[in-house]
This record gives sequence, C-alpha cells and structure tokens, in this order.
Amino acid sequence: MNAPDIGKIAGQPKAPRVDHLLIAEMVEAGSRVLDVGCGDGELLQLLSERKGVDGRGVELQREKVNACVAHGLSVIQGDADRDLDNYPDQAFDYAILSLTIQATRQPKNVLENLLRIGRRAIVSFPNFGHWQVRTKLLFSGRMPINDNLPDEWYLTPNAHLCTIRDFADLCELVHADVEQAVAFNAYGARLPIKWSLSMQNMFGEKAVFLLRGPKRPTAGG
Amino acid sequence: MTGASPNLVASVSRRHPEVDTPTSPVVHFDTGAPLHLACQQDLAPFSIAYETYGELNAAKSNAILICHALTADQYVASRHPITGKPGWWDNMVGPGKPIDTDRFFVICSNVVGGCMGSTGPASINPKTGAPYVLTFPVITVGDMVEAQARLIDYLGIDQLFAVIGGSMGGMQVLEWASRYKDRVFAAVPIATAAWHSSQNIAFHEVGRQAVMADPEWSGGNYYAAGTVPKNGLAVARMAAHITYLSEEALHRKFGRNLQDRSSLSFTFNAEFQVESYLRHQGSTFVDRFDANSYLYITRALDYFDMRESAGGVLANAFRGTKTRFCVVSFTSDWLYPTRESREIVQALNAVAANVSFVEIESDKGHDAFLLEEPTFFATIRGFLNAAAMKRGLGSPEARK
Repeated sequence: MNAPDIGKIAGQPKAPRVDHLLIAEMVEAGSRVLDVGCGDGELLQLLSERKGVDGRGVELQREKVNACVAHGLSVIQGDADRDLDNYPDQAFDYAILSLTIQATRQPKNVLENLLRIGRRAIVSFPNFGHWQVRTKLLFSGRMPINDNLPDEWYLTPNAHLCTIRDFADLCELVHADVEQAVAFNAYGARLPIKWSLSMQNMFGEKAVFLLRGPKRPTAGG
Repeated sequence: MTGASPNLVASVSRRHPEVDTPTSPVVHFDTGAPLHLACQQDLAPFSIAYETYGELNAAKSNAILICHALTADQYVASRHPITGKPGWWDNMVGPGKPIDTDRFFVICSNVVGGCMGSTGPASINPKTGAPYVLTFPVITVGDMVEAQARLIDYLGIDQLFAVIGGSMGGMQVLEWASRYKDRVFAAVPIATAAWHSSQNIAFHEVGRQAVMADPEWSGGNYYAAGTVPKNGLAVARMAAHITYLSEEALHRKFGRNLQDRSSLSFTFNAEFQVESYLRHQGSTFVDRFDANSYLYITRALDYFDMRESAGGVLANAFRGTKTRFCVVSFTSDWLYPTRESREIVQALNAVAANVSFVEIESDKGHDAFLLEEPTFFATIRGFLNAAAMKRGLGSPEARK
C-alpha cells in the first residue's frame, strides 16, 4: 500500500558496487546521464547523491521500473535493443550500460546507439576471458558459474558474453575511442593500469570502459 | 419478449439544475472574454464550474490540476450532488492520499461541453434564451484545455505544479504540456493516448447512434420536448462500459452466473448477472449525465490527434519541454493499450524530455486507473514526492 521511503531500496546502506563507484568517479558532477538497464536504480541513486547528476533510466523488468519511479527516479520501462533508437543524438553527457551489454540481442547496435546518444558512453561487463572462466571451461568442459555469471546456461539472460579483448575489438570496429578502461579482479580491486590488455583480460573479472564516439558529420545537429 | 426493451430508468428531470447552478463554485467569463474554439467560433459568455481542495501556498506553487475523463466531472474528491456518491477519485485525492490535499492545492473543473455547470449543449444560449442543443459548437480536447487555462488565470496561478488525468483527462494533460510548456512543472498522463484510434471512434459512433436512434432524443431538442433519451443513452453507456473493463475482469466478476434465478428462463430479461450489471450502469448514468453532452464530448475525443496537429511528428508537440512526465498504462487496458502510451514516451524521449513510464500489471482493464491498485498508487505518490522536492515544496515528512 504505502510507498516505502526513498532510502529503503535504492539507497540501502549497503556498500556500493565497485564498478558503480568507478563510474561515479568517471562522471562529471551535474551532468546528464542515461542509465540503460538501470535495475533497481542503485547507480542512478549513487550518481544523484554523489555527483548531482540529472539522471534517467531504462529498465526492462516492470517491477524494477515501478520501484524506481515510486522512489522518485525518472525511469521508463523499455528495452535497450528496441527503445534507444528514439533518443536524439548527444542528448546526454553519458550513456551508461552497466553489466547489461551481454544480455542484449544486438550488442553492436546498442553500443553504437550509446555512442550516438551520449557524448561519452560507459560500458561495464563481466569478462569471459578471466582465468577462472577459462580453466573451468578447460577442465570441467562446462559453462562456468560464478558471482558474475550466476545462472545455468539454460536460465541466463546473457546472450552475448565477451572478453575484454573482444570488447576492445568491438570498440575499434565502431570507431570508439577508449578514454579509460579499468578491470577489477575477483576481490573488487582495480588491476594495475600498466598491465597489458592480455593481463587485464586474464585477471579482470569485470571491466568498465569509458568511450567517446567517432566524430560525426554535424549536418542536422 | 418481456424485457426486450428494458425499462431502464425512473423519470429524469428535463434539464438538471446543476447545469445552470452547480453545487460547486463556478466562474463566469463574459462576452468580452470569449473562448476561441478550434472550429473557429467564439464561445461567449461561458462558465467553468470547478472544485478545489487543500490550500494554495503563498508562492502559488503547489497547485495540481486534475483533468477528468469522458463522463466524470469536477467532483473528484467530494460527494456528487446528484448521485450522493463519493468523489470519482476519492481513493487517490485527499489528506494523506497519493495526491495529498494536505500538501497540494487541487483543482478539478468540469470540461467545457459538460453538463455539471460548465457551459455545454444543455446550457442556455443567452442570445436565444433557450438551450444551445445542437447549435452548441463542436469542441475539442484543446478547447477544454483553453477553458481550463482561463480558470487557472482567474485563480492567479502562473505555473501548475502538476496536471494529472486518466483517459480523456490524460489527453488534456498532454495538451496542457504541449500548449503551456512553462505552466506545467509535472505532467501525469494515465491510461491514455496521443490520438484516438479507429476502434475507439467506432465505439463512440455506436454510442452516439444509440442516443440519436432514441425517439425521445427529438433531434437533440428533448429539453423542449419534455423527454429524455434515456434508453439510447443507457445503451451507449452499456456499450462503452464494456470497453472500460477486460474480458478477464468480467469473467472473474460475473462468469456465466445467473441473476436472481437458478436456471435459464427462456426470456430476454436480464438473466445473466453481467446483463443486470450493465443495465444498472446504463440506468444510473442517465440520471446524472446529459445525452447531448455525451455526443459532444465523445466527438471531442474522436477529433483528438496530437500527432496530426504537430505536423505528423508527435515529438514536435513536446519540443523544448522542461516538464517532468510520468506516463502510466495498465496491462489489460485495451481501450488505450500500453503501446499507445509507449508512443507518447518515445516522442518524449525523442526530445530528451524528463520522462518516467510505468506499465502497471492489472487485469481490471481501462478502469484500473480509478481503482485502488497499490503499485499505481505508489508510483503516483513517489513521482509527485520527487517532483515536489525539485519544485522546492519540501518532503512530506518535513511538514509533520
């Protein structure tokens, strides 16, 4: 019946996720942010509290959308694959896709849309190149299950898992500049920035990329 | 053949006193301040009857306009002067309710073309001294909004904190947000659409033809003829009422249950509970609603097409908007299905508007927006709280 207080879901005093904290560092204060696949609004809430952003969200699951809106966040029920086409170019300072790209039907298309809608795009994803994933597959011959990939293959919403190297290739393919790329190990610690891509790919459990889209002709604004 | 032509109603007074002298406050705009209508005619003088709840703050920044649906009126949260029933959105509007009259100054006015004190076809045309009847100009949803804007001017309010409405009320919300971008801080269009579909026009036409086929309609002049087209209007209401529900809700409520009998009686009486229910809906409706108003307001809905008036691109209607939107639809609403709300959302996204969109799971059909649906109520409450904070109206807790 009654709407729970704003603090109870989105701003629960549990520790923010490490990737969310990193994104909060990347985002400039007071900017306009679109969080695609915003879930229960945890990141939007964090960005609003710490960076005073003007945040919007898109979320597929109806219950999560309802909870977000009931807690005062501007969120629409929608689908990254279907609904991003409607947004105008450069409508946001940042278009964020947090641990969602692997669950989209057309990741390349979604990424291109993010780079078009936002002046910058921030994408985080679980790294399928992590050594534990590789060894699990190598020795057990079965799809790996861990904290980042918690579901059985037949239940997972993930459709397009990739490695850090794969994602870097995709960025190149769509002519996105990688301004920053950070990988976290299984304990949530950032891997040394000097490490090579192959090392990040081996020891990073998830990664966050800050991207800038290709220069586009300005015709039509 | 007993009951084939159901005797639906007790006698009804010809022109209800509420048309001329409503129980609620009413503001009269005289001939020097005509309402310019979309049909290129001027309506003057004209009256707008309205109710208010709560108190307007000193900064006049806490006003919420509620726009009513096709057959509702200004009595959103107060006892209806004809039926004696509680307000049509009594569960939503009031002290401590989602639209909290302890915090907000709530205004609800009867639409122009209505029959509860705002000027409509049953009103007296001062030029002739007789009711307008079919000489009343065909009005549009935009005209309704222009008339409301005059009321808001009269109340001395520059910017409404929110405009909220479901169904036809939601269309008025969209028109408000499009026409008066600086005067609407937040907009909540519920269970509505940016244009009236062919199917909806079709249902309305059935209703209008039912009214006009009733000999007591008398070409619209039933006030003079001393009759009331009660059977025609009741049939119109019965048909429309089905569209406000869902198959699932009807089945759950009535199934194939029989009314006051244990077996079929091989007649055309209201043998099924659902028949009895619809007849009741029809008969109570004609007691409170004017048949000509029903024709005019359904027509206004049929004409509604914001896409068309925005040059074919709905987004153009909202270009430059700073309003915060919360669009709400219901899963089982087949009158204004979710995809039509989504079209509004897409148009708002296309102009990078601040928009929330929630589809509420309910099996109660279009009328779900009038019922106590907990997720829906939590959505409205949460959205308004957040908007109120942005507007500097403080949090509800801070007031206590």
